[in-house]
Formats: sequence, C-alpha cells, structure tokens
Amino acid sequence: MENLVEAKALTKHFGAFEAVRGIDVEVRRGEAFGFLGPNGAGKSSTMRMISCVSGRSGGELKVLGMDPGRDGPKIRARLGVVPQLDNLDTELTVRQNLQIYGRYFGMSRQRCREKAAELLEFAQLGDRADHEVEPLSGGMKRRLTIARSLVNDPELLLLDEPTTGLDPQARHLLWDRLFRLKQDGVTLIITTHYMDEAEQLCDRLVVMDGGRIAAEGSPSELISRYSTKEVLELRFPPGARKPDLERFADRVEVLPDRLLLYTHDGEHVLAKVHEQGVQPVQSLVRRSSLEDVFLRLTGRTLVD
Amino acid sequence: MQTLKASWAGFEKSWTWYRRNWQATAVSGFVTPVLLLVALGLGFGSQVESTALIGGVPYVQYLAPALVVVTALQGATFESTYSIMSQFLWQKSYVAMVATPITPAQVLYSQMMWIGSQLFVRSAVFVGVAALLGAAAGPGILLAIPLATLAGLAFSAPLVAYSATLEKPDAFTTIFRFVLMPMTLFTGAFFPVSQLPGWLLPLVWLTPSWHGIELARGAAFGTLDLLPASGHVAYLTALVVVGVAFGVRFFHRRLAV
Repeated sequence: MENLVEAKALTKHFGAFEAVRGIDVEVRRGEAFGFLGPNGAGKSSTMRMISCVSGRSGGELKVLGMDPGRDGPKIRARLGVVPQLDNLDTELTVRQNLQIYGRYFGMSRQRCREKAAELLEFAQLGDRADHEVEPLSGGMKRRLTIARSLVNDPELLLLDEPTTGLDPQARHLLWDRLFRLKQDGVTLIITTHYMDEAEQLCDRLVVMDGGRIAAEGSPSELISRYSTKEVLELRFPPGARKPDLERFADRVEVLPDRLLLYTHDGEHVLAKVHEQGVQPVQSLVRRSSLEDVFLRLTGRTLVD
Repeated sequence: MQTLKASWAGFEKSWTWYRRNWQATAVSGFVTPVLLLVALGLGFGSQVESTALIGGVPYVQYLAPALVVVTALQGATFESTYSIMSQFLWQKSYVAMVATPITPAQVLYSQMMWIGSQLFVRSAVFVGVAALLGAAAGPGILLAIPLATLAGLAFSAPLVAYSATLEKPDAFTTIFRFVLMPMTLFTGAFFPVSQLPGWLLPLVWLTPSWHGIELARGAAFGTLDLLPASGHVAYLTALVVVGVAFGVRFFHRRLAV
C-alpha cells in the first residue's frame, strides 16, 4: 500500500528543547492515523512538520512522496490543515472565509463559489452562510475550520486536536463529519489527548510521550497487547489507605483516589475483593481502553 | 508569476475585509487630516504671513502637499502595527495562510501591496479634499499622491518587519510618541527645517517624512530639480527594500516554526 507520510528518525528541537526525539511513522493512503499523547508529547510539532510549515531538525520525512524542505508549497497544495486553535477570519462571513481560502490555493473565483456552497452544506452552516464568523459557537467555528481545510479537495487531512474544548454534542457531530470524509477516501491524521476520540476515529495510532513513540498499532491491538480485557475500578475515600490486592489481578495500578485491577473477569475479582471484607466507596467493572494502555506505557494518566 | 498570484490572493482577503469595514478606517484616515488642514491651514494659516522662505504662497497651500505625506505616514503607522501583530497573534490570519501553498515571504508581499494601496487611496482622498478647500497650488499636487505613498511605504516596511518580531504591543505606544509625533511636527511639514538648530538636521534627513515632504512640496510647486529628487526617491526606495528584506526574514522566522 502507498504511504502518504514516511518519517524516519524524525526530530525537532527548539533551541535546547527537544520536542520530537526521533520518531518513525508511516501513514498509508485511506487510513485514519492518530497521534495519542498528553500535552507536550510532541504531537503538534510533528503535525507542523508533516504539514510542511515547520522544517525538521533531523531525520527523514517524505509527504506525498516529496521532500517538505524542497517542495513545501507543492505538497501544501494537496493537504488540508485543521489547526489546534481556530484561525478563521472572524470579521468576514462564513462564506467569505471559504471562498478566500480557495483563492489561497489558486482556485478560480467561480470554482471558489461552487466549492463554498458545497462545503457550507457539508458543515451544516448553510443558514449562517452570510453571517459574520465572530459570534458563532465553538462547534460551528470548528466545523467551519474543517470545511475550510477541504476547499482544495485534499488527499491528506491533518487535524490537530479537532474537538478540544467542544461539548459532547458538538464533538459527535464533528466525528460524524470526519467519518464521512474517511468513507470518501480522504486520509486523516489526527492528534488527540482524548482516548475515546482515538478509539472512535483511528484505524491505527501511535502513543507519544516525551517526544518519542511509546507504542504503535490499532486501538484494539494496543489494548490487547498492553492491557487486559476488563478493568475493575475501586474508589476509596480521599486519604484512605488502599488495601493490597495484587494477588487477585494480573496487574494493579494505584491512582490517588482509586485502584485499577487488570483482569479478564472483573466481576469475579470484585466478588473476591468483597469476600476479603474490603469495602470501596464505589466499584465499577469496565472494558479496557486506550487510557489503560497509556497508563501502562507511561505510568501516568492521559487527561487529569 | 507564482509569487504575484499568491500575493494577490492575500491582497484579495484584505480587500474583502475592507469592503465590510471601510467606515472605521475612513474616519481615522480621512477626518483627521481634514481637521488638520482646516484648523492649521485655513484657521491658523490666516494669521501667518507668507514669506519667501515658504515660497510666497498662502500658508494653506504651503501646508497641503506636506500634509498628504503626513497622512500617508500616519496611515502607514496605523496599518503596520496592531494590524500586523493581530494577524500573527490574535486573528492568526497569517498562520492560516501559510498552511496553503502561500509562503511567509508571499504573506509579507501581499501585506505590503495592501498597505501601499491603502496609502495611495488615503493620499488621493486627501488631495481631493485639499483641492476642494482651495489648498492646491496647481495640478502638480497630484504627484504628491504617489510620492506620499512611497514615503509611507518607506516607513511601513521597516515597521512591519519590526512588528513581526514582537510578542506584545507595548512598544507601539513608544513608536507613536517618540517617532511618529516628532516626525509629523519637525520634518518640514509645518515650517521649513532651516528654522531648526543645525545639529538636529542630520536626524531630520534620516526620516522618510522629510524626503517625502521635500518631494511632494517640490512637485506641487514645480520647483523640483532632478538630482535632489532622484536622491530622495532613491533613499525612500532603499528604505522599502531593506524593510521588506528584513520583513521576509522575520515573517519566515515567525511563521515557519
């Protein structure tokens, strides 16, 4: 399968600070690829290098088969970029934002008008087309930013934290739009620190931490490799001494307010814990998630 | 060719914005110089005796071509400070542009094209008003429009480059007070610089406003000689070129990280 992005030993440093410390990544055509990691893991720096805005400090990088250092404008002509922070022209209308952006790609005015009309519908902003952007809600602005990134029919769409700061309903609406794009054959690269987002959207992902890749695979592969089928969460009052339950589970993680017992049968372990006379404030059996993978790999939780 | 097309797209964005918001800039760009012309040219000027030093013309006619330059310089300051910073930091429109095939250098070119066009329009409007008020000595004042635009750009280009290096707008107040104000008052717009103490003159010669005023006034009264005129134009052009060269560097440093 054709690779749209190939990075080998890719690094980025700002002065003495190493944001990306040698990562190998391949993104295949048609897939949704994720960078999962906490803030400061090096996700955004990586994205800026892939979007051919920021130069690499070391290693190799090919995007759409070309070298970003040499063919930046040519590559960018075929990319769509959704930045972490909206940078819409807030004093222009929704429609003008789309049309002007098309002009940046050298499209004719006629083509820009047609494309804007099509994207207004895609972003469900038709009734706001001629309103100024400033008063729109966060979710609407985000949808407009995504619509704008599609103005040049990109082969590769880069989304940096696409749903950070949005309410659940707005997030689901956005995910739905991204699914549609994926079905249309657009390759997606997504950074996120939300594990549910990564699970929902990504075919394959890498877990990043401290500028390095800690693990790589599909969400289910990663879960089965680094976690157990189920997790029993036991919550205790703040400051209470937590009992030693290592013998009941494959692995136990101690968090400030709770214990996580990794096991293939959560209910069974819960019953045994109760037999021991341990009385947690709250107990919950759930399936393992990428959050558990991250905890296992880094010893830290993803979102605090 | 590619560069021109890309820069033009950026220009179009500014034009789209202007069509929606022109009233706001029109007030500062138009009303202020008209007030100056009326108050100082007609009002104060009525008490000023014309001397040989100011060419023996009514004071308001002496003042008008210089005020075209002052208007352009004030416009240049307005367009080259907060607006530039906003497009890096607040609105981030430059950041959005460089995610497309447009390069940081082309972003700068489009910005300078836009500022140039704005200065031209401001200068032209001013000349029109001056003519209506009887402040134009003759058709030569029309030449003040491109000359004032050049002088404005000569101040704008280095200022845009400087604005591209800032993280907060505090320095702008200093520029308004200690660069724009003295440049407006002491570089020959209101009285001949020969009235200034001699040691100040080298400083005056450094300012784009002095060169612009010399050019605009000379053009308006038809007293311009080729050699000094070429010198003024060359100096102003050099400021534009150097400013743009630094701008390209700073825009790249700011946007390509």
